[in-house]
Amino acid sequence: MSELTPDLVRHLASLARIQVTDAEVDRFAEQLSLIVESVATVNSAVAGDVPATSHPIPMANVFREDLVEPSLTQEQALSGAADSDQGRFRVAAILDEE
Amino acid sequence: MAKAELMNYEQALEKFEVVIGLEVHVELNTNTKMFCGCRNDFGDEPNTNVCPICIGLPGSLPAVNRKAVESSIAIGLALGCEIAPNGRFSRKNYFYPDLAKNFQTSQYDEPIAFEGTIDIEVPSGAVYTVDIERAHMEEDAGKLTHVGGNTGRIQGAEYSLVDYNRAGVPLVEIVTKPVYGAGAEAPELAAAYVRSIREIVKALGVSDARMERGNVRCDANVSIRPHGQEKLGTRTETKNVNSLRSIERAVRYEIQRQAHIIANGGTITQETRHWHEDRGITSSGRPKSDADDYRYFPEPDLVPVQPSNELIEQIRASLPEKPAERRKRLQGEWQFSDLEFRDVVNSGLLDELEETVAKGAKPQAARKWWTGEIARLANAEGKDVADLAITPADVAELATLVESGKINDRIGREVLQAVLEGAGNPAKIVADRGLEVVSDDGALQAAIDEALAKQPDVLEKIREGKLQAAGAVIGAVMQAMKGQADAGRVRELIIERANA
Repeated sequence: MSELTPDLVRHLASLARIQVTDAEVDRFAEQLSLIVESVATVNSAVAGDVPATSHPIPMANVFREDLVEPSLTQEQALSGAADSDQGRFRVAAILDEE
Repeated sequence: MAKAELMNYEQALEKFEVVIGLEVHVELNTNTKMFCGCRNDFGDEPNTNVCPICIGLPGSLPAVNRKAVESSIAIGLALGCEIAPNGRFSRKNYFYPDLAKNFQTSQYDEPIAFEGTIDIEVPSGAVYTVDIERAHMEEDAGKLTHVGGNTGRIQGAEYSLVDYNRAGVPLVEIVTKPVYGAGAEAPELAAAYVRSIREIVKALGVSDARMERGNVRCDANVSIRPHGQEKLGTRTETKNVNSLRSIERAVRYEIQRQAHIIANGGTITQETRHWHEDRGITSSGRPKSDADDYRYFPEPDLVPVQPSNELIEQIRASLPEKPAERRKRLQGEWQFSDLEFRDVVNSGLLDELEETVAKGAKPQAARKWWTGEIARLANAEGKDVADLAITPADVAELATLVESGKINDRIGREVLQAVLEGAGNPAKIVADRGLEVVSDDGALQAAIDEALAKQPDVLEKIREGKLQAAGAVIGAVMQAMKGQADAGRVRELIIERANA
């Protein structure tokens, strides 16, 4: 397991779009290390031939037929939005790409 | 954003080997979205085809669209892929408002289809085999409109407006392995590949495949390395290339741009780049994220997709004719030379031509209209032929009008122009404007009399065997009758006169 360096914490924070202070970086590095170590303990307890479980119940092929169901109205859709304009959700400009 | 310095294309190819990789997103034309029952439709009022699932409200649960899975399997099979006996969805985590869930439901390590190949013919006639790495299912994102500053541009935008109608629309992303060895033809190969994917999904009936609506979108990876070098160069991924023409231009541009940088001692940054159709350049986007940064993990709300052999074989049996076989058949039926046929294929007009012939036009006439005058008009307007307001039925009607002698080629071009301007179908335009060719002998004889009066020596010349002398009279008659005279009949009448 790679070490949880302060830089890695900052990188994770930027991926999560949250601002962190230097003090928080140190604290999170410590806490996240503990979590990663705990997971590593589980890893070491199972042999390599155990398939990963993504779902607790062994099921497959649960499908929906391709039939239209009612959608929300535009008013309903936008009712929880912090801001809206011209029938659309209005969000802060993001200097990134689509 | 300045135009980057470019190396001359031929020079770049002398120094470097080109490696491309293509990611094509195909929007499926299912009735509903991938994971919910909202309508999958283009052009509706914003945020009217949305529900708690596709706008990510807490507590909502997705369910996979059966039809979308079957369409994805059909695409995989048509590309010669293996179909995974166990496919799983994953969450691709990123924070950007084009999806309200903060993740995209996609497939990561268990795509539905993998390891295929497809043969692609480029304009020169050369055929390249492109290996398909995978085809996986995912959902489309919503549409952002950037407002304020330079309208529409991201830089300088004050805020963005989001329409989630497209969020959750089923997509199949088809990823190639690196493609080597196309050299100078790499840009043409990229465009021809996307054209083939378009043809395939259209023939399968699983997508409307309209590039101008974003039904088929391409990201082009380009890297170069000095000839003989083992290690691959750093690649860039150019996004937003949404016509066949721009794919070709964008790949060529990247080759020249990267060659200039490397030849001058620089290094290529691994990044996404944006293609600007209007200026014919790419510009730097964000540095490309590592897959790790997306923190993929198995989607806990969806169970695996395990298509049975019966289902796979049933879909395989229903696949339409392969594009390469179809091309061979059509060329035979139409009796086109290799050159004529390649011209049609390279113009991307095979479907149009087939439909035009089905509507009653002769193959050669259909070919001449589509690859000639119609392509010329599209080119002049900087559009794809498919975007012009003319249907195969119109062209068939036009060709039939010319074939039967009701109008001549010149009037035909005029009628075509009128169709494009929205004046109706060809027969209506001919009737409305009285464009039908005059083959009534009385009217033609009168015009011939008039022309001969000004060129009295023509008949004598014809009698001496100089048949080409008739041309001047035919020209004068055509002019007098505003081009609507039946030139063949005029010629006959003049010669009859001379020999009377």
